[in-house]
Amino acid sequence: MCLAVPMRFVERRADEVGIVELSGVRREVHLGFVENLEPGDYVLVHAGFVIEKLDPERAEADLRLLNELFDETPRGGALPREPRD
Amino acid sequence: MSDGRREILLAHGGGGRMTHALVRDLFLHAFDNPALAPLEDAARIDVTSGSIAFTTDSFVVSPVVFPGGDLGKLAVCGTVNDLAVCGARPIALSAGFLLEEGLPMPLLESIVASMRRTCEEVGVKIVTGDTKVVERGGLDQIFINTAGIGVLAPPLPSGAATVRPGDCILVSGPLADHGMAVLSARNELRFDTTIESDCAPLWDLICALLAAVPNGVRWMRDPTRGGFGTVLNELAAGRDFGIEIEEAAVPFRPEVRALSEILGIDPLYVACEGRVVVVVEPGSAELALATMRSHPLGREATQTGRIVCDPAGRVVLRTRIGGTRIVEVPSGEQLPRIC
Amino acid sequence: MIGLDAGAAFNDPALCAMLRDRIDAVARTLPRITLMEVCGTHTDAFFRFGVRGLLPQNLRVISGPGCPVCVTPTATIDLAIRLAAERDVHIVTFGDMIRVPGSNSSLERERARGARLDVVYSPIDAIPLARAEPQKTFVFLGVGFETTAPTVAMMIERAEREGIPNLRVLAAHKLVPPALHALLSNPALRVDGLILPGHVSVILGSDAYRFVAERYRIPGTVCGFEPVDLLRGVLDLLEMRASGVPRITNAYARAVSPEGNRRALAVLDAVFEPEDAVWRGLGMIPASGLALRPHLHHRDALALLDPGEVDRITREARDEEGCLCGEILCGTALPPDCPLFGAVCTPESPVGPCMVSSEGTCAAYFKYGEGR
Repeated sequence: MCLAVPMRFVERRADEVGIVELSGVRREVHLGFVENLEPGDYVLVHAGFVIEKLDPERAEADLRLLNELFDETPRGGALPREPRD
Repeated sequence: MSDGRREILLAHGGGGRMTHALVRDLFLHAFDNPALAPLEDAARIDVTSGSIAFTTDSFVVSPVVFPGGDLGKLAVCGTVNDLAVCGARPIALSAGFLLEEGLPMPLLESIVASMRRTCEEVGVKIVTGDTKVVERGGLDQIFINTAGIGVLAPPLPSGAATVRPGDCILVSGPLADHGMAVLSARNELRFDTTIESDCAPLWDLICALLAAVPNGVRWMRDPTRGGFGTVLNELAAGRDFGIEIEEAAVPFRPEVRALSEILGIDPLYVACEGRVVVVVEPGSAELALATMRSHPLGREATQTGRIVCDPAGRVVLRTRIGGTRIVEVPSGEQLPRIC
Repeated sequence: MIGLDAGAAFNDPALCAMLRDRIDAVARTLPRITLMEVCGTHTDAFFRFGVRGLLPQNLRVISGPGCPVCVTPTATIDLAIRLAAERDVHIVTFGDMIRVPGSNSSLERERARGARLDVVYSPIDAIPLARAEPQKTFVFLGVGFETTAPTVAMMIERAEREGIPNLRVLAAHKLVPPALHALLSNPALRVDGLILPGHVSVILGSDAYRFVAERYRIPGTVCGFEPVDLLRGVLDLLEMRASGVPRITNAYARAVSPEGNRRALAVLDAVFEPEDAVWRGLGMIPASGLALRPHLHHRDALALLDPGEVDRITREARDEEGCLCGEILCGTALPPDCPLFGAVCTPESPVGPCMVSSEGTCAAYFKYGEGR
């Protein structure tokens, strides 16, 4: 129900105002919901506000898990049938 | 200006002294050519035997001046391109101006200068025209109608009826630039981008293409209002073939993709004003692409998909992850959204 | 490596293929399964990336009421139109709202008749508009769920702090958890799992949905919006269904924490309080809306109108007859089941709420050619 897009945090302009960027598109945004932003951080932007900082460690952990699953999964869907509960 | 005023008044459309001064000092001065100069009620044009292509369009855009062009350039390119995609060499245009009382004269002058420049680039002349002025508030600044005639001579596209499964669908360059440039120029959304309209006259590119693959081009269309998705549906609707497009092969500039994502706009339906969609028989695809890529307006030409047997009448997009998505005709103009 | 910007890693076709294989394997062990994705942005994503067609035959994904534009009552639009008719009132709104039909008209149509309407991307953009014309009153149409309401709350706080008296809000925000309660209490609804909103959850936190598993015994997964996210969410739900243990899992941990965004929740609480609210197509859901707190009464746009008139407009607001939006929003019917779908009711001439927004269930089905 809500369009929020990951964008790169570029710089703080004032106390609650900063600039974000995605592929060359830039906009001024409100920073009031998130603390400790550093240039280069990736943030979620909704309606001109940064609503969260994306967590690279969490992302990496998720991807690691998915890659492990990938390694365990035979190609072509030939997974063993599991008994119904 | 002969009467020294710097904005359009109702009297400029009245047919009297001020109208004549405007036509003489602005339009005739900019578009000067032998067919226009006599300022008769109709222009006389000589054509050799054969067929004439004839088209018309009215042009409205807000803002009137946008990155990469203005309403004037748009009005010339739009009609020139409608002729070009039929394979017709543009030879003459008409230009009807609907002006709002209070329109700043310098703005009108720069739009007319744009039209002159674009006509020169194409080698087409504006040979007749009209001016009307409506009261302040009656329209938003300026509307332009252009009609155009072109000469049809082989090689020509063979027509939609000759399109068959296996044919290749090419585009001359990245899509959606124009629509997203105009949207990003709307200051109330407050986005900062370098997106520029792709607005350009395509006859030169298309002429070269038709010459290079004289029997290979089935059908062409320029994806203006409604974009690529609409053009594909226009081709496929009611036919005994369908269209399959590879999502990964549809070219968009990264900035255009980004702004589309942020505003919730689907770029498949966003207008271009200087791109052509070309359906070619498969044996000609490579040469067609090479020809387009050797032209400044076609450097990023690429194949996006092909004609298929089924589902007939439909346009299907194969997504990057191997799924499918139907591309329907869009419903109306897309609005920027947050939900 | 991470691709947090374009989410390239979360678009990886190989990971998608693997997840799809796993989904197939689990689905083979299950009877017919129905999952509901609550959020309109998820509805669109499932179609857009072609994920729907990749799911097994015995898995059905239905949509819920997660389209705040769609569930805005006709009365709200009618009140906005009435406010726009006041001398010196400007309506400021997100683009989403201008074509939503009220009882007789829409904001877009009223603009053509001379109403002053400003479309903005951010509520904060209303501040300079109001500052520039102190003699006009600017009314922000506050629509949206918990992702958006804090941004409107911030706008109010800034207007207070910077002394901008001529900016008000027509408060029409809605809350997701009460709607889930209403949905899951509906005996006609049979779902085996919920795909929970991604961005509402950024604000609320994944813990906000524990009642779904604990009280209603239904698994739920907080899900992101890239193809890998969607498939991972479906897999999580199927695995929980297969194991018989309903829990709430968070498959969007890079953006969503258990406790949510503390600052956003704080400003929301400072400016708004819950109130009973009517959802178009669903009726009244207790404590599911947001009203301005009493000390901010001077920011309430409705205070500009006579209370009797507000009551009358609200009472007289009418929806079109004959559409199945109520059932569609609850997931007990699909758009093609509605006799009006695609014929009388289209995105250009929407009859009911599910068609008015591009994220509405019917609008999504229409756009992506489903059931046509």
